[in-house]
Amino acid sequence: MNADGYHADRVFASPHAHGGGEIRRTMLQVQLALVPATLFGFWLYGWPAFFLWLLTLFFAQIFEVISLRLTGNTGQTGSPGDGSALLTGWLLAMTLPPWSAWWIGALGAFIAIVIGKQVFGGLGQNVFNPAMAARVALLVSFPLQLTAWVVPLPLSGLDAPGFLDGLRITLGQIPVPDAMTSASLLGYAKTELSRGLGLAQAFAAGHAPQLSWPGVRAGSMGESSVLLILAGGVFLLATDVIRWQAPLGVLAGALIPASIAHVIAPETHLDAASHLLSGALMLGAFFIATDYVTSPATGAGRLIFGLGAGLLTWIIRTLGGYPEGVAFAILFMNALTPLIDRYVRPRILGRTRSGQPIRGAGK
Amino acid sequence: MGLMEKIFTRSWGVHPRDYKHPAADAPVRVMPMPERLYLSLAQHLGAPARPAVLVGQKVKKGEKIADPQGPVSAAIHAPTSGVIAAIGEIPAPHPSGLPVQAIILEADGRDEWSEALTACDNPLGLAPDEISYRVAAAGVVGMGGATFPSALKLSSSRKAGVTTLVMNGGECEPYLSCDDRLMRDKAETIIDGIRLMLHATGAKEAIVGIEDNKPEAIAAMRKAVAAHAGVRVRPIPARYPMGSEKQLVQTLTGREIPAGALPAEVGVVVHNVGTARAVSEAIRLGRPLISRLLTVNGGCVGAPGNIVAPVGALVEEVLAFAGGIEARPARLVMGGPMMGVSLPHARTPVIKGTSGILALNAAQAADSREEACIRCASCARACPIQLMPLDMARHIRGDDLKGALRLGLKDCIACGCCAYVCPAHIPLVQYFTYAKGTLAAEDRARQKAEATRRLAAARSERLAREAREKAEIAARRKAEREAAKAAAASARSAGEMSA
Repeated sequence: MNADGYHADRVFASPHAHGGGEIRRTMLQVQLALVPATLFGFWLYGWPAFFLWLLTLFFAQIFEVISLRLTGNTGQTGSPGDGSALLTGWLLAMTLPPWSAWWIGALGAFIAIVIGKQVFGGLGQNVFNPAMAARVALLVSFPLQLTAWVVPLPLSGLDAPGFLDGLRITLGQIPVPDAMTSASLLGYAKTELSRGLGLAQAFAAGHAPQLSWPGVRAGSMGESSVLLILAGGVFLLATDVIRWQAPLGVLAGALIPASIAHVIAPETHLDAASHLLSGALMLGAFFIATDYVTSPATGAGRLIFGLGAGLLTWIIRTLGGYPEGVAFAILFMNALTPLIDRYVRPRILGRTRSGQPIRGAGK
Repeated sequence: MGLMEKIFTRSWGVHPRDYKHPAADAPVRVMPMPERLYLSLAQHLGAPARPAVLVGQKVKKGEKIADPQGPVSAAIHAPTSGVIAAIGEIPAPHPSGLPVQAIILEADGRDEWSEALTACDNPLGLAPDEISYRVAAAGVVGMGGATFPSALKLSSSRKAGVTTLVMNGGECEPYLSCDDRLMRDKAETIIDGIRLMLHATGAKEAIVGIEDNKPEAIAAMRKAVAAHAGVRVRPIPARYPMGSEKQLVQTLTGREIPAGALPAEVGVVVHNVGTARAVSEAIRLGRPLISRLLTVNGGCVGAPGNIVAPVGALVEEVLAFAGGIEARPARLVMGGPMMGVSLPHARTPVIKGTSGILALNAAQAADSREEACIRCASCARACPIQLMPLDMARHIRGDDLKGALRLGLKDCIACGCCAYVCPAHIPLVQYFTYAKGTLAAEDRARQKAEATRRLAAARSERLAREAREKAEIAARRKAEREAAKAAAASARSAGEMSA
């Protein structure tokens, strides 16, 4: 064949090669990283947890498709196949009480996808992390349902609800019996402290929720096993999907003040391990604070973002009215992200920090 | 790289799959002289050359056929003997395919060298300015693709007092291997050219930077350089865009070139190894730059490899010689895949800066639909200048070009790393090129308006001055007349008195 007759349909801008990165693949990798903690959640809290997860993802995708259709999908606001809505739904499901009724998941998906993301202009345009926005909106609107933590009933156990009972729980036909709910460690500590009891006394009473590294505890569907979440986070770090600054910032920002406060006043302040092993700190550090869209674009910016989110989490948990503060803290830092990105910029090669050309040296 | 280094040094650039083999390992083939050559008058940076021949004139190989026009320009020579068939427009080797002035040479098949060429046995005995002069006379331009007239770079380096000559043997663009091949095959000639350039620029040392993915080239150059003090070969990590001036100088000398300045600001001048070879041949043999080694590569090329092609040969002829194309290319590219230009068709000529002709298949071209930016900041990590491409693009999309300018748009070297890594396939380079072009056009319009305003002001000032002068002259005349009248009157009265 000869090139004589060759005529391009159009000409192309350089570069004429691509590294192969795809939005869809990135989203898939994050979902993959969530699998271990999610499976553990299914095992720990049984069929209802699985149904809630499935429904939340389903509704997230449905709302995404509807929104994109309504806005006349041009690809600029996201595409139904990019997996971003599924990821948002998944992250939301991870933070919900595992035996929540179906409408919690559906409403959460609506808030996350429609109000949290598409109203802002779709993929890449939202200021706040959609899953966290939904979680906070639900928590504020339905505080009772959103703090109904069930005690772990591993699937292998005899008293775990079966497939059909699980379905009925998710569909709201069987109310969650009071006997099966328990406070989270953070909630328990907050209640006892507000009653004027010291922590030593509160924990000595024997009603304290257990604290364990494997994550067998009452809590949200996907937040309990810090080790499995960490494993997912390490996977994301190793595959270069996320960078280390935000997770390190969150953990340091929360755990350093927690340790110091615990040393100074152990009666009124939980230790670092309790902060780490209870609530959403680990999930927030590796999966929420690392959200590209709503966190700063520079390494230094991400570190500031993480430290801020971590510190605020500890402050809210310690001083605030809510026992848990990760979602609030991250939303607050989301709002600061444009500001951080405006002031924290890398030094351009050949220029000083203020933007003036550097002076030639070594002549 | 150690772990600590990996964590704390800022990474820049990308590591694209290089596709350099097997093309790099195939022996060089010399393309037969085509029947007609299309010699663009604008194949260097700066003003186009001015034809120095007439249609119908017979020329010998190496004879000058176009003169440089202005200080930044280059002469053009006949790549073979023949007759000037026409001087007119041909489609430019540019995505636009817009016409460009060219001299069309009909080869006579004898390929006779001109007798006027002057060889030189002892070039190091020549005055440095004489070397620059001869390099200019040979029409040598930067062979890496920038095509800046080399003589000008040599003489201005001397004036600026540069101390270090950095030789670019990086060849960081994927697919291309012509510099690699040249260093393997012509190491002695390159080193000779480097020594001549040292002499011409007055630089004390030369450092040849070669990416470590070219072990054969490194070995050949090391061998050739062994006898010469002042010239060193330094392997550098293979990473795109290592061959970019700022990156290469910083990697080899540790010096950071100020924004908007030339490397001379830090005492360095950068030349391509291919240019060194052209300089050596221009001075030793008196041969002007009339052909070059270029890489023909890509998934659609029948027999990829490096080919010596005369300047002015059509891309389609070069492709046909390289075994033809096996399928309709998804993209036809002149230059490397990262910074080369996409060609609308193959009926456009090879120019002095053509380092490669690539016929890419669909998988290599990786054409994809633009999606939404997810702010992953991969582009910011890849940018070798440490710009924030995502923010610049956002401003440009919002038609805030000034905003992009404040973020460092002018420092962008259009290397393409950002677009290469973008998972949303956003054509970032296109955004930046558009913005730079629009801003330049605005600048020109403003300058024009300013010039017009100045001219208008000068005219009204001149008219006012003329009127004022006229009035002054008239007033002076009037005064003179009155003075004369008064004098006459006083004379009369004096006469009366004396009478």
